[in-house]
Amino acid sequence: MSLNVTIIIQILAFLAVCWLTMKYIWPQILGAMEEREKKIADGLAAGDRAEKELSQAQAKVDTLIVDAKDQAIHIKDQASQMATKIKDQAKSDALAEKERQLNAAKAEIEQEANRAKEALRQQVSALAIAGTEQLLSKEVDAQKHAELLDDLIKEI
Amino acid sequence: MADKEYTGVGGYIEHHLTNNVIELVPGNPFWNVHIDSVIYSLVLGVLFLWFFRRVAKKATSGVPGRMQNFIELIVGFVDDQVKDAFKGNSKLVAPLALTIFVWVFLMNFMDLVPVDLLPAAGQQVGINYMKVVPTTDLNITFGLAIGVMILVFYYSIVIKGPLGYAKELVTHPFEAKNPIAIIALAPFNLLLNVVETLAKPISLALRLFGNLYSGELIFLLIAVFTLDMAVTELFTTLGGPLMGIGQFILTFIWAAFHILIITLQAYIFMMLSLVYLNMAHEKHDAH
Repeated sequence: MSLNVTIIIQILAFLAVCWLTMKYIWPQILGAMEEREKKIADGLAAGDRAEKELSQAQAKVDTLIVDAKDQAIHIKDQASQMATKIKDQAKSDALAEKERQLNAAKAEIEQEANRAKEALRQQVSALAIAGTEQLLSKEVDAQKHAELLDDLIKEI
Repeated sequence: MADKEYTGVGGYIEHHLTNNVIELVPGNPFWNVHIDSVIYSLVLGVLFLWFFRRVAKKATSGVPGRMQNFIELIVGFVDDQVKDAFKGNSKLVAPLALTIFVWVFLMNFMDLVPVDLLPAAGQQVGINYMKVVPTTDLNITFGLAIGVMILVFYYSIVIKGPLGYAKELVTHPFEAKNPIAIIALAPFNLLLNVVETLAKPISLALRLFGNLYSGELIFLLIAVFTLDMAVTELFTTLGGPLMGIGQFILTFIWAAFHILIITLQAYIFMMLSLVYLNMAHEKHDAH
């Protein structure tokens, strides 16, 4: 059990192995471990963020849907109002047209009746003149008695 | 030495505890090399480097393979211990801790190889002496401890400066404000610090050596049960089977217990090295 040069060999070997470990083993393995740790932490943070963003988006979607519903209701109301308006307009237009046509027809009928009366009157007066002429057997000067005749016609 | 006869129980044990020596300078015992310790130690060191390097080269930050997982378990464990015990810059110290832990563990692990297996194989090829557990050789444990102490001195000087370190050696642990008292206390401080500094590597080396040497000795004592028994004797005599079974059971129990010891000793060696290196980083002037 003697101490000898083996010690020195072992010291050198130990320092060499330490140096090699420091150079070629430790940084690579620990680096990979730390990188993985970072990746996992980043992944978790990203997950949290995504979750938050999702809930924000969900809230946004909800408000959008509510808005859209409101808008749809509004549009529907407007449309039905417009429809009622158009319907009423059409109805009143139709009534007015009916009235107009009715009046026109009435006027035409009246006109026609007046014209017929006039013609009738003329014919009656002519007949009266002719009758009178024949009765008197005497020519009545139409010119002279125009005034008289007119009165007569009016009476008829 | 090879011509010495080893007979009986004492001879058997003595033979097992004798290193294979190469005399670099014949007649000068300092230049003897325990070639078996050196070779086993280096082979295990290279095994450690090769095994870890293989994983380090392919180390991925993605999903690790089974091998990488295992290595990362060890590296992560050592890294945690370093972070706990050592407050300085751990660029060199953490790999040092890993080296100590794994290498010492591997050297200790040789203790679990059946005591006669490798020496008997060696004798078949003409190697008469072989001690397979490097950490049962004081040279190896002192080599490691002195390697740690070299770094302790290095860091003490780099961190505190040569003067700062020298000042610490003569002004601590007994502190005084009075200049005369400081000078009066200096020799005692220096003496205490020298003793303390010397005690560090000695305690490191002897603790590891003592545990492993005694463990190996107990394996050898258990192996003596069936020493010099012929294989036929194990089955034909009354005592043979009893001895064989007894040896098996005792070896098993001691080996199972020894798994704990070899791991614990590797861990203690690593932790104490970290503590010593941390002390080298601490400045006493702060308080």
